[in-house]
Amino acid sequence: MDFQDNQNLIENKEEKLLEPGGIAPQTVPQPPMPEVPSRQAMPEKGEELILEVKNLMVSFKEERVVDNLSFNLKKGENVAIMGPNGAGKTVLLKALLGILPYQGEVKWSENAKISYVPQKILPEKNLPLSVEEFFKMKKAGKEQAKEALSSVGITDERFLKKMIGAISSGQLQRVLVAWGLIGNPNVLLFDEPTAGIDIGGEETIFNLLNKIEKERNLSIILVTHDMSVVYGFADSVLCLNKKLVCYGSPAEALGSEGLKKLYGEGVTFYKHEH
Amino acid sequence: MSTSYYISLITAMFIGGAAGYVGSLMATKKMSLVGDVLSHIALPGIGLGLLYGINISLGALASLVLGIMLIWILSLKTELSMESLVGVVFVLSLAVGFLITPEEELLHALFGNISSVALPDAVAAVFISVIVFIAAKIIYSKMMLAYVSEDLALASGVKINKYNLIYLFLIAAVVAFGIKVGGTLLTSAMIIVPAAVARNVSRNMRQYSWLSVIVGIASAIAGFAVFPFLAARFGLSVVAIGPVIILASIVFFTVSLIFKNK
Repeated sequence: MDFQDNQNLIENKEEKLLEPGGIAPQTVPQPPMPEVPSRQAMPEKGEELILEVKNLMVSFKEERVVDNLSFNLKKGENVAIMGPNGAGKTVLLKALLGILPYQGEVKWSENAKISYVPQKILPEKNLPLSVEEFFKMKKAGKEQAKEALSSVGITDERFLKKMIGAISSGQLQRVLVAWGLIGNPNVLLFDEPTAGIDIGGEETIFNLLNKIEKERNLSIILVTHDMSVVYGFADSVLCLNKKLVCYGSPAEALGSEGLKKLYGEGVTFYKHEH
Repeated sequence: MSTSYYISLITAMFIGGAAGYVGSLMATKKMSLVGDVLSHIALPGIGLGLLYGINISLGALASLVLGIMLIWILSLKTELSMESLVGVVFVLSLAVGFLITPEEELLHALFGNISSVALPDAVAAVFISVIVFIAAKIIYSKMMLAYVSEDLALASGVKINKYNLIYLFLIAAVVAFGIKVGGTLLTSAMIIVPAAVARNVSRNMRQYSWLSVIVGIASAIAGFAVFPFLAARFGLSVVAIGPVIILASIVFFTVSLIFKNK
């Protein structure tokens, strides 16, 4: 709704320009961006905003967990949210999802279809629920579930019959990603996709993100501690420590100055090659 | 066998099935404790019903609804977990229930009195069982999603608090109309045991939920089938049919332990 209003404002401005005798604004308004059919066909990203956050504040009791945060997200952009433990990263994601009460503004564009992949879920080991039934909860039939699972690298059909509490944490992470892909979202919110995955699997989740992002033309907002994920994957980084500490491209935002601000003195990151 | 015996049997089957199904929704350790003690919150209402000659189902329902509202409000206002709040309200209800229930009626309140099931009570119990079953079926997969992950459920638009409340009311309805047959102990057993049996042997939600219903119904049938022999052999009064149904369900439980999946 709000986003729509903004669009109207822009259109009104243009109309005013056309009026003879109207006051010309100082900046020349941009023509509306044409719809871009696919990422591959577009070398530079569109300016269309998919998310606007203004003065976002989240408090638990007296404590302010996210303080006066403002940022925008362009369509197709991948953002990594970084910060020390307790910096409010997960809280920010939940506020963006609208499942936590907050003050300030969170405006998603009207065509945004958001999906969430939680950090970890701990179903009881013998919870009587099969993977197939878990997908059914999102109204996904067997074929849809199979397709989503195959895009996260699970192709064994017997997997659908497994109990959700009995699969490994790496597989569970993949299942959660696949679950998030049901319904063809255009924005994915990932909470620490590397958490809870064994070392061998970490590389795969990272590759997986790249693959999904390319195949499905989505914006991904992810919370991560993993610098190699940030450098290899994110278009921009948002460093959070209750307040916005830095924001920009990974190279700009995570220079040693930015890291010092975020984690304190004595922290440097060595970009190692695998 | 008299007609009232069959009326009681049919009532017990419906209550057993509905209680088993609702009970299976308590799929997590946390929730199973809630259902365990919830049925006893009916006691003060039963006591008042007996004292003033009101239908004890109505008394029980009123008492359960009050208790549930109290638990729900406390859980929103305090940081305490649902199970500890249920615990507090449970002991309160038990104490008050024992104080106001006439002593000679206490046994009936706890174990029910099959001979007092009249046709209107039976019809009401069957009707309520069907309603509860349908309502539980509607909320089933949403509740299960919340057990897998509350965040995922919330992000998918599931209003968890609302469903929890609906769920507690469903239990209240089963208990209130089941007490005529088997007292608070039987209904509480029918909520817990069939789900435990099903959980031991099921590998998915479909098997689990249906098996809970089947074990609930089968326990009632088995209890009624065995009762005449036990009664003849040990001279049991008709009040004992509730405990016999519970024992039948425990037999199913024991068998399920043998087939427990790894």
